[in-house]
Amino acid sequence: MDLRSMLEFPAFQNAFLAGTLVAIVAGCVGYFLLLRGLTFAGHALSHVGFAGAAGALLLGVDPIFGLLAFTLLAGIGIGAMGRRPDERDITIGIIMTLMLALGSLFIALYHGYAEQAYSVLFGTVMGISRTDVMVTLVLCMAVLAGLAIFFRMLLFASFDPGVAEARGVPVKLIAMIFMVFVAVTVSLSVQVVGVLLIFTLLVGPAAAAMNLTASPMRALFISVFLAVAYSWLGIYLAIRQDYPVTFCISTLAFIGFLASKMIASPFIRRLLATARPEAPHFHGGERGAA
Amino acid sequence: MDIFQQDFIRNAFLAGTVVAVLTAIIGYFVVLRGEAFAAHALSHIGFAGATGAALIGISSLAGMLGFTVGAAIVIGALEKRLRGRDVEIGMVLALSLGLGVLFLHLYTRGATEAVAILFGSILSVEPAEIHWMLILGGVSLLGLALMFRPLTFSSIDPETAEARGVPVRFLSIAFMMLLGVTVAEVVQVVGILLMFALLIAPAAIAQHLFRRPAAVILAAALFGVVFTWFGLLLAVWTPYPVSFFIAGGASVSYLIIVGLSHLLHPHHYRPPEHPDREFVDHPQHQHAHPHAH
Repeated sequence: MDLRSMLEFPAFQNAFLAGTLVAIVAGCVGYFLLLRGLTFAGHALSHVGFAGAAGALLLGVDPIFGLLAFTLLAGIGIGAMGRRPDERDITIGIIMTLMLALGSLFIALYHGYAEQAYSVLFGTVMGISRTDVMVTLVLCMAVLAGLAIFFRMLLFASFDPGVAEARGVPVKLIAMIFMVFVAVTVSLSVQVVGVLLIFTLLVGPAAAAMNLTASPMRALFISVFLAVAYSWLGIYLAIRQDYPVTFCISTLAFIGFLASKMIASPFIRRLLATARPEAPHFHGGERGAA
Repeated sequence: MDIFQQDFIRNAFLAGTVVAVLTAIIGYFVVLRGEAFAAHALSHIGFAGATGAALIGISSLAGMLGFTVGAAIVIGALEKRLRGRDVEIGMVLALSLGLGVLFLHLYTRGATEAVAILFGSILSVEPAEIHWMLILGGVSLLGLALMFRPLTFSSIDPETAEARGVPVRFLSIAFMMLLGVTVAEVVQVVGILLMFALLIAPAAIAQHLFRRPAAVILAAALFGVVFTWFGLLLAVWTPYPVSFFIAGGASVSYLIIVGLSHLLHPHHYRPPEHPDREFVDHPQHQHAHPHAH
């Protein structure tokens, strides 16, 4: 099946649309998430979201609303804890366990059997409805607009919170607002890659981008580009080869991350430097002298 | 009580008890050594093993064991180099979960099998596997008893232990292997996602209540058994999953006891700092003072 005939099916159109929207937002938010060292929070939020999604199924509501409700609450909670949740690792782990247990109870009560739990845990981008795509579109726009408004303050507060605070940037408020963005992004990403594989879209592209460049604008750009590439290629491969989308995206994200590590490694840097001897600051003699 | 006349329920109680004792004791060392994240990683890597086993037609316990013990040896060998590498570890976990999803897809019984592994249930484990669980649990407890003293020493104070000639590195790899076996066993009882309930919660509660290692370990084992029995009894009498009751009971008890102890002694309890957690020291700080630690 080639790409054009694929795109005639509404299900695949929806998958590509949702995949693209989510990838753009996840690429942006993921960059700041890594910058602020909050990858664990992203992980925890997605697990809390599982209980929300399962509860929504039980009540007969669209799972995305349950996800949003739970992740927003948890996100604001984590944001309020601020930067000093030092001794809370075990507590967060236990709360995650409790939420997962609640989710499994909701699924058992719902008698929706394993299929529903499975699609929340591992994503269900192929079965996404037009309504979900519209909700995703609106929320993505909202998060992107929010990021654009707070962009400079967020960047400043993420790079150097101390100086930012001294300059009058409302660091605490920014932290809370950012956690709201993370919560929305996590809820949206769960539709594509599921609760358990949130890392592949939220952290994978941003981590690879940060390996490749130190400049924020370039890193953001590369991160979004990689996220979109992973999700398009993942969905395409999944349709073509009949593999699960989640597997394709997670493998692509892993390969991309590995490749970025290799490009960033000193050995490859040196190889690149010898290939371009005209670049003055890469000269072998200088290394020896230093 | 007539429920105990049914063979599979007796087996479930027996295996659940052995696993709960083993897991709670191992969990004490996991909390002491700050290796909760490694345990978490092992269980997720085990997901690929368990699903791969279903695909090639061997028991999921065997597949799980193969992957968890293999990964445990690697983690034990690379321990120093893995500290603070959450992103890398997270990517490997996502990859192994993705692989698990692929295996399930190829196996064509995807969802049911996946949920069984993720949320586990001791009540649906086959009798042959229960026997293996008992044997493995017994052997692991024996191994733990043999290395108990040097392990405690090297967990509490690795530098002094090394100076006194305790083989710290060997113990750390041996402990990781035991952890691999334990994770494979506890996943049979409560599943991958709820493993923390039996591994971490009992030890963490016990650490809040007692100070001496022996008392903490005894209490942890006792709590583990109580949570397991509580879950099993409720699951036998109600139609809800056993892992929900075990995990719910354990985590609610933890939250209540931690909450109470914070109310009673605000600055009494300080768990060991977790070296793998990234938002303890934020990256800006590390960049500013690379040699501060």
